[in-house]
Amino acid sequence: MTLAAPVGARVTPRLGVRRGLARVGLLGGLGAALVVAVVVAAGHGQLDVSPAEVVGSVLHRLGLDLGPLPSHPQGETTLWQVRFPRVAMAALAGAALAAAGALMQGVFGNPLAEPGVVGVSSGAALAAATVIVTGWTFAGTWTIALAAFVGGLLTTLLVYTTARDGGRTEVVTLVLTGVALNAMTSAGLAFLMFVGDQQAREEIVFWTLGSLNGSRWAYVAVSGPIAAVGLVAALLMARQLDLLALGDRAARHVGVDVERLRLRVIVVVALLTAAAVSFCGIIAFVGLVVPHLVRLVAGPGHRLLVPASALGGAVLLVLADLWARTAVDYADLPLGMLTALVGGPFFFWLIRRARRTAGGWA
Amino acid sequence: MSVLSAASVSVHLGGAPVLRGVDLEISGGELVALVGPNGAGKSTLLGVLAGDVEPDSGEVTLDGHPVRHLGAAALARRRAVLLQHQGLSFGFRVSEVVRMGRSPWHRTPQAERDDEVVASVMTVADVDALADRVFPTLSGGEQARTSFARVLAQEAPVLLLDEPTAALDIRHQEAVLGVARATARAGSAVVVVLHDLSLAAAYADRVCLLDAGRVAADGTPDDVLTAQRLGAVYEHPISVTRVDGSLVVVPVRARAGAGEKEDACVP
Repeated sequence: MTLAAPVGARVTPRLGVRRGLARVGLLGGLGAALVVAVVVAAGHGQLDVSPAEVVGSVLHRLGLDLGPLPSHPQGETTLWQVRFPRVAMAALAGAALAAAGALMQGVFGNPLAEPGVVGVSSGAALAAATVIVTGWTFAGTWTIALAAFVGGLLTTLLVYTTARDGGRTEVVTLVLTGVALNAMTSAGLAFLMFVGDQQAREEIVFWTLGSLNGSRWAYVAVSGPIAAVGLVAALLMARQLDLLALGDRAARHVGVDVERLRLRVIVVVALLTAAAVSFCGIIAFVGLVVPHLVRLVAGPGHRLLVPASALGGAVLLVLADLWARTAVDYADLPLGMLTALVGGPFFFWLIRRARRTAGGWA
Repeated sequence: MSVLSAASVSVHLGGAPVLRGVDLEISGGELVALVGPNGAGKSTLLGVLAGDVEPDSGEVTLDGHPVRHLGAAALARRRAVLLQHQGLSFGFRVSEVVRMGRSPWHRTPQAERDDEVVASVMTVADVDALADRVFPTLSGGEQARTSFARVLAQEAPVLLLDEPTAALDIRHQEAVLGVARATARAGSAVVVVLHDLSLAAAYADRVCLLDAGRVAADGTPDDVLTAQRLGAVYEHPISVTRVDGSLVVVPVRARAGAGEKEDACVP
């Protein structure tokens, strides 16, 4: 022991440096990917603007006389009225949903927890649809977001109290809770569509399919701050979330006030889900796919998982939305449909993999 | 002066009494073994001492503070707990799991020693070679040793260990209890739930024998572990012998094989 201790002490800091570099590399790489994705996505559409012109337009707005301006007469307007708000919304929603997924998985100790899968997104959507149909505007443009937050919060609490027993969450119970919740919220949405007028009906359909069509700066101004608060809170909780992996009792033994942490996480998950769902509708599986891929690359530590998932989610949704609006000429495919199309098979794969390896969750 | 004390603690679980008026005082520097048959209340008592289970009546004090008034973080700096079953929801590496034991000292001056402590407890618990392995892929014994290292990394003056040797081979059983005793010698109070009475006899300064939620006996191994008392508590004849100066406790077994042999000798 006297011999080995100094050796260990010498090895550990080096390991720390290596991890630090890996952290900077991953976050830097994802950040760069996000910038590229945003520039490309903003330039593509029915009216193409070259990446150089996109960058030039942004720089000019920032007061820097660098780079070319869009050559097309409508270029500048298209970029700032249509594309940028849409791309910003995609990045926001992606970051919020992926971070919410990472948090939920941490708090349930279960990699299958995700706002869409367990029904939190549809709970938020149901509350928002209620506001749409009844025409309530008690909080101005914030009304829908507020309703989505309350709906998300209630459903998360419901999932939590139903699926959790004796400090553990069984996969089966969690997924079945999601099935039951999604059934109930579908019924609620169906009822709202039945009683709603034509316009409300169209809005609700748009919601359940999930789309970024018609994103405006006013929406970004509501979702942005909510997502920002949620993401900062998520980062602050990351260290303690690692300890929850030990299980409730052992986490308490190393100093985590488990119940308080759990309630905080639930509130933050509801905030993040509301930030995305309020104006984009239900976009499922982002919170499942992204944290899972990050874990494969960077391990399960939440201090890296949460920010990397947020960046990765933003990249994914910006690109997915680009595909949704350019895959078919003059058509805007529902984004939620696309993510489910890709995320569904991924979910299958996760279930199969989990059945084969006993590693970690059951 | 006792560091940890339970005063007339009673606990009911699912309506049935599990602990009935248990008194226990544990001082710094001693290793106390909690023994007793299945369902005697050993793990529940450990849970009460750890502050996990709130007793229906009675009180547990740690460093003079009632444990129910101490917050999770304050408790974690005063006592570390090794549970019987260790699980981990995600694939953290062994070194990361051991480092989790340092979290009560986050943002305190002691956090400077994190690297040093983690390296030394990993050596003590013999998990150096596993440092980069992923916890859920380890064998039961390796997981138990990793968790033991995590508990040591917490550097708490009170250690509560629930069957730390259950999944271990003989070498590691001896090693873990040896470390537990060395920790006690260094001033900590150590409580260990054990099933192996010979191990308890060899390593404990004091043995507390529980029977149906009550303390049946509490004293030195020589005083507590007598054939007559153990036979009555475990409801099975037990023989206590002394081999090379240490007590060996074994059940008395009906010698079926010997009987057959005798029969065979009869022409």
